[in-house]
Amino acid sequence: MRTTETHEAGLIARVLAGEKELFHELIRPYERMVYLTLFSIVKNEAEAGDGAQQTVISAYRHLASFRGDAKFSTWLATIAINEGRKRLRKAKGAAEESLKEQAASHEGDFTPAPLTDWREIPLEALERKELREALRVAVAELPGIYRQVFALRDLEELSVEETAQALGINPGAVKVRLHRARIMLQKRLVPFLKTTAPARRGFFRRAP
Amino acid sequence: MKLNCKHVWEHISEYIDDTVDAKLREDIERHLEHCEICSAILDSTRNILVLTADDRTFELPVGYSERLHERLAKEMENSEKDSTKE
Repeated sequence: MRTTETHEAGLIARVLAGEKELFHELIRPYERMVYLTLFSIVKNEAEAGDGAQQTVISAYRHLASFRGDAKFSTWLATIAINEGRKRLRKAKGAAEESLKEQAASHEGDFTPAPLTDWREIPLEALERKELREALRVAVAELPGIYRQVFALRDLEELSVEETAQALGINPGAVKVRLHRARIMLQKRLVPFLKTTAPARRGFFRRAP
Repeated sequence: MKLNCKHVWEHISEYIDDTVDAKLREDIERHLEHCEICSAILDSTRNILVLTADDRTFELPVGYSERLHERLAKEMENSEKDSTKE
């Protein structure tokens, strides 16, 4: 961890001192993160691709303002989030989206779906294409505030602290949203997970 | 403390992230030992996270990286021209 940061700090200093080409190397580990962050907001491949380019260019132009009080990855994620939000506003009209999201944050039943005939899922079942597709759809259908936290934490593997910084919310809110996102996904995907297990109806039943 | 299922569900995400305190962890584990419902919920949620972190689930568009670096190279070129103009 420490060495990544030291390495990055070195690269940043050299880019700023004129070795511009090294910026390519600096961002390479984060290409995926930048794209997925954008995609979690705009939900459109082409828009996410364009937004990722804009994010990287913006980071390049403003590299001198990176202070190192946050991690470089968090700083980059923040730029990506702002870029995504800008694009979303342009595409939809912000009022509609934020209303929907506010409503979503107070509604909903955040209890998981109980599985009554669950057997430990064989690893090869996770290899199925339909399951991946179902997960992509389910993530895309999460309300935005949950989808963004889920993307940063579980997809891009930022820490709670980094996710909070990047989204400008407190760590407590990250945890609550992440919990809800995971439970919503569990609920949505149970039918897909279940069909992979042999039916053992009546084998085990207990009221929660 | 004896936990019921609902308590376990409330902490399932933190349990997965290993951010519950030792006492609560112990209580949850004791509950999981005898509750197949909660074990199944935990298992299925973990599987979803494994699948999420798998690069093949959320793939990048073909040519994404190439286009990104091309665009960046162009930007560098342009900024060079700008700075030599001054």
